[in-house]
Amino acid sequence: MSHEIKGTLTDPLVNNNPIAFQVLGICSALAVTTTLTTALIMSLSLTVVTAFSNFFISLLRNQIPSNIRIIVQMIVIASLVIVVDQLLQAFAYSTSKQLSVFVGLIITNCIVLGRAEAFAMQNPPVASFLDGIGNGLGYSLILVSVGTIRELFGSGSLLGIQILPLIKDGGWYQPIGIMLLPPSAFFIIGLLIWALRTWKPSQQEAPSYSILERTENT
Amino acid sequence: MEHYLSLLVKSIFIENLALAFFLGMCTFLAISKKIETAIGLGIAVAAVQVITVPLNNLLFQFLLKDGALAWAGFPEVNLSFLGLISYIGVIAAVVQILEMLLDKYFPALYHALGIFLPLITVNCAILGGTLFMVERDYNFAESAVYGLGSGVSWALAIISLAGIREKLKYSDVPPALQGLGITFITAGLMSLGFMAFSGIQL
Repeated sequence: MSHEIKGTLTDPLVNNNPIAFQVLGICSALAVTTTLTTALIMSLSLTVVTAFSNFFISLLRNQIPSNIRIIVQMIVIASLVIVVDQLLQAFAYSTSKQLSVFVGLIITNCIVLGRAEAFAMQNPPVASFLDGIGNGLGYSLILVSVGTIRELFGSGSLLGIQILPLIKDGGWYQPIGIMLLPPSAFFIIGLLIWALRTWKPSQQEAPSYSILERTENT
Repeated sequence: MEHYLSLLVKSIFIENLALAFFLGMCTFLAISKKIETAIGLGIAVAAVQVITVPLNNLLFQFLLKDGALAWAGFPEVNLSFLGLISYIGVIAAVVQILEMLLDKYFPALYHALGIFLPLITVNCAILGGTLFMVERDYNFAESAVYGLGSGVSWALAIISLAGIREKLKYSDVPPALQGLGITFITAGLMSLGFMAFSGIQL
């Protein structure tokens, strides 16, 4: 049993990562990673929402008629997101302003609905809760790594604390401005996927066309 | 008039939903392998966006906003915390109605767009458009223009990405970068291209 729990928790981290392998929930992963603080808060919110939505939907799974299940799932998720949004506005107002619409967009984050549909509808509440936490952590792993890279190289700081002294403050580090702009997020996730799939070749996709080897004398 | 025109251009090019705000990325990356399906999905998203953003604007202005219920005799009521759940409800309902109407009156169009319509409910571009409209406090006319502009911007981005990917499949990509990885990098380069518009002041 403990082995199964470990599997549910750790499998989504690397082997079945929601962002890098299942291509779910990328929108917010790109938008909120300019600083590590917003990335951490977003990860925490998403993990909480996924875990609890999985838990409640799993409790309700035998009562939900299958043709209106999407609407029921959306209502459960939307209510949880409203709770998280109100809590953030109450206790972390400046961060919630920075996250702007992206907290609300957890509702349409495919990880939450995807896990509810694929796991919570078939499994008991506790296992679903753990699956939610596991997938939330897999998402957090990518978000925190991208957030660290972008904040460290884009503004030379981490969590707002200056790590690399900037030239304009008399240090030696010239910040890479593009790290704070949208395109860098695409590049960093692309490169992370490249690294992950070089390490785990089983996740590679087959090319739709193969190119013939060049032959001599033709 | 000029104000609306500049809002339209701004929402299509400068504040492109897909490439500047990363909205609707899941479908953007997953359903951009073929140009025909990308066109179908792009049109469907634009159509839903044009309907839902003004509709949610009415909902926000007359029911949810702080003091919006003054016409019903409750000037001190603020229901804005119910926003998220109402907007997603409106979106789900509009998508469902659109699906039934298309099925009844335009079966050809229904067969072309049919499979994409359920996907649109959970497309963040749609909810994102509504949330930006609320955050920027647009009036009804502005929200209609913004709905059109943001829908078209998303369609434009997915159709151009599909065009690039159709050519890209003949290229020699490193095995681990195949598929998703190279698509991210392509989208990054497109986003870099769209940043050229960002200096334009309208």
